[in-house]
Amino acid sequence: MSRPLTQHELQQQLVRELVVESMEYLDQFDQDLLAIENKSNDEETLHRIFRAIHTIKGSSGCLGLRELERMAHAGENLLSWHRDRAMTPGADTVRALFRFCDALRGLIHQLSNGPEAAQSLKLTPEHQQILADLNSLHQALKQEQLGGFQDSDAGSFGLFADEPAPPAAPSAVPAPPVASDEPAPKPAVETSVASDTAIRVAVSQLDVLMDLVGELVLTRNQILGHTSALLDPGMAKSAQRLNLITSQLQEKVMKTRMQAVGHVWNKFPRVVRDLSKELGKPVALVMEGSDTEIDRTLLEAIKDPLTHIVRNSLDHGIESPERRRAAQKSPRGEIKLRAFHDGGQVVIEVSDDGGGIDRERVLRKAIERGLVSPDQASAMPDSEVYGLIFSPGFSTAEAVTNISGRGVGMDVVKSNVERIGGAVVVESEPGRSTTVRLKIPLTLAIIPALLILAGGNRYAISQASLVELVRIDEEKAATAIESIRGCPLYRLRGQLLPLLYLREQLGLSPDGSGGALLLLVLEAEGRQFGMIVDDILDTEEIVVKPLGQELKNLSVYAGATILGDGRVALILDVLGMARRAGLLEDGCKKRATEDGFAAAADTEVLLAHIGSNRQVAVHLDSVARLEQIPVDRIEWSGNSEVVQYRNSILPLIAVGSVLGVPPSGDTRESGKIPVVVYSHEGAQYGLVVDRIVDIVRCAAAINPCANRPGILGSAVVAKRVTDFLDVPALVSVSGVVSYKSNSWGLF
Amino acid sequence: MSKQVCTFYLENQIYGLYVLQVREVLRCQELTTIPLAPGAVRGLLNLRGSIVTTVDLRRRLGLPPDESGEPATNVVAQTATGLVSLLVDRIGDVVEVEAEALEPPPGVLPEPLRSLIANVCKLPTGLLLILNLERAMELDAFPA
Repeated sequence: MSRPLTQHELQQQLVRELVVESMEYLDQFDQDLLAIENKSNDEETLHRIFRAIHTIKGSSGCLGLRELERMAHAGENLLSWHRDRAMTPGADTVRALFRFCDALRGLIHQLSNGPEAAQSLKLTPEHQQILADLNSLHQALKQEQLGGFQDSDAGSFGLFADEPAPPAAPSAVPAPPVASDEPAPKPAVETSVASDTAIRVAVSQLDVLMDLVGELVLTRNQILGHTSALLDPGMAKSAQRLNLITSQLQEKVMKTRMQAVGHVWNKFPRVVRDLSKELGKPVALVMEGSDTEIDRTLLEAIKDPLTHIVRNSLDHGIESPERRRAAQKSPRGEIKLRAFHDGGQVVIEVSDDGGGIDRERVLRKAIERGLVSPDQASAMPDSEVYGLIFSPGFSTAEAVTNISGRGVGMDVVKSNVERIGGAVVVESEPGRSTTVRLKIPLTLAIIPALLILAGGNRYAISQASLVELVRIDEEKAATAIESIRGCPLYRLRGQLLPLLYLREQLGLSPDGSGGALLLLVLEAEGRQFGMIVDDILDTEEIVVKPLGQELKNLSVYAGATILGDGRVALILDVLGMARRAGLLEDGCKKRATEDGFAAAADTEVLLAHIGSNRQVAVHLDSVARLEQIPVDRIEWSGNSEVVQYRNSILPLIAVGSVLGVPPSGDTRESGKIPVVVYSHEGAQYGLVVDRIVDIVRCAAAINPCANRPGILGSAVVAKRVTDFLDVPALVSVSGVVSYKSNSWGLF
Repeated sequence: MSKQVCTFYLENQIYGLYVLQVREVLRCQELTTIPLAPGAVRGLLNLRGSIVTTVDLRRRLGLPPDESGEPATNVVAQTATGLVSLLVDRIGDVVEVEAEALEPPPGVLPEPLRSLIANVCKLPTGLLLILNLERAMELDAFPA
């Protein structure tokens, strides 16, 4: 800047710095306070939170922000009292300090609104209340200690006398630390407040740097091309060095934009704490892989979606402690955040061990909203059903709470994630868990890509979605591609792979040259499909640039890039391409192993036979008991068979007849029928089978099946093809009424 | 208050954009075509590392294609959302126009021309049509 700053400008700048700095301190404050609440604090913690508030008080005092200073001062007093006695604040104090922290954050946030805001910063009655609370807590603590020893530091810290405190309310007496039966997990994230070795740089600055480096890379490529033609050894040597340095520079500049996901996760312990208090659901938050790095802009983009998912998991996913007890789970729920690298992408998972997604409820809602027809609904695979929760305006929450249930959010989550080239999938195991998985590209800026040719133009495809390349020889080309009603298909190792012709999809004239066919096997939304291209050129690291606003409607392109020769190439969006070709609709083969990592869930299942010879399996976790029920105890209620069971009515579901399996006929002769007592959402059902076979551990991947309601899918268990029962679906198909009762004891 | 207008020619008619909107003028560039894009979009151009959408202004304004065989000129302009390049027949002078000389486009102009012209300016030498750049870039609203 050429001229010195005016007094006013300087003040503005200092206020801005105060805002940024204080926000950082307050984030740290939050974490430390949580640590204190969870009793995972160490000696440093108390000092650190004291210092944070002390610094904020000091800076706001220097800038003449009296109200802010007054607020900070009250908190500081209370903290210094604790610090001087090396005394961990009690539960009441912690609660008050959390409110204090929020109030401070609110005030500081107002400061960021411009110069007028700094002048007009006023404490609201709410703030006054917090001030009074803090002071009365402080007074009460002093009173309590007075008998023991003389309080030497009354108001000694800070510049002015303490606020006159109102008489201490009885509630303000600090409660002894609340004993908790489970040890609280230590927060997994430890961040340090910016130290001397770091400087703050505007992101826009880094973006410019990135652009320039991109340009440098291209120029380098051109120079390398020219020098190889020149045959000048001196020049070649320089070019080689240029090559090396450029690559290193590119890598380092990219690194500057990376940030650990922990930066965003840091605020979740607080979010979860507040929400779990509000909802009365004790929840433990577990975080794994918080040091996984991801491009800053991407991290910024997933911040809100992630917060939403976490809140959603707590509100809808985790059941109330009573329900959890009834389902034989620990009353304390668990939300797990996991981040890890997976093949050029970062995967972030939010899972809860709650009730899972109720397929039928989602479908009922979807039919109500006209999103699917009842016919479609029954044939939908689970993954698509779960995908429905991302439809706009969709909410299955029975009651609208202020946390969620207004049907806004999940669709925003999806669109935000897709905007940055990511994908979001939901998996759910009814009664056990729900996992929302975000797949985020490592960086938006540079991706490894495969260059292909179609209609004389080069296109780039992100290697993240590329599975394999297949070449079909000339002599086989004519017969290798089969078609059903005009849809081209290829048999890839025995599996039918739907195909699209890139030329056709792009509206280019078909390739008349004949010859060998080149096939790219791609994956989008967990499904594979093939894309036929004219030629496969090379792999290259490309710099992704966005397309102009006027082309935003072209969903088949993810952007464009500049190739080594300075020409522009379009980047194909695999998902958009598959959608355009209609390959993501029903009936496309879904990959059995759903991305590889969900496949081998090692679970215990109960095997039973129905009909003469069919083996079915039920997850053991939901099985409450196995019973042999005498046939003469079976009674009728409505249209279904019931038995009196443990002071309640147990509706019976004949699994064989619901699934349309002919009965073997001999079961009832013996006078007793085998019944699997299954509990689901606090209700119990008796599944009538013909024979209970065994309990086995199984790690087999379930092949999802599309249109058999009541069956999750099938797998080979104990050397036999076994259908996995989807009991909630069975229940709703069978039409039995549940008898919820409080009398279910825990066995 | 006078304003400077960068002028260019299409079908021997003079058009203009305010100079503040114009970034630079380029000779004919190599373009990458974009399949499936609106018809007026001719392709993408590499402007020193930025990727710029190039629009055939003749086609956008509903004029017949240029059959002269002369290479077109790119007028790179700044919109609210980024850079765009407009293909024109040839570039003209920068002229000063007075606010009084500006009039709304007369109703007799055929569509889509009428919607895409911000003002008509009465120059001593003829009528200068000043383009409404933002409107001209709303390619979906007026499929060309």
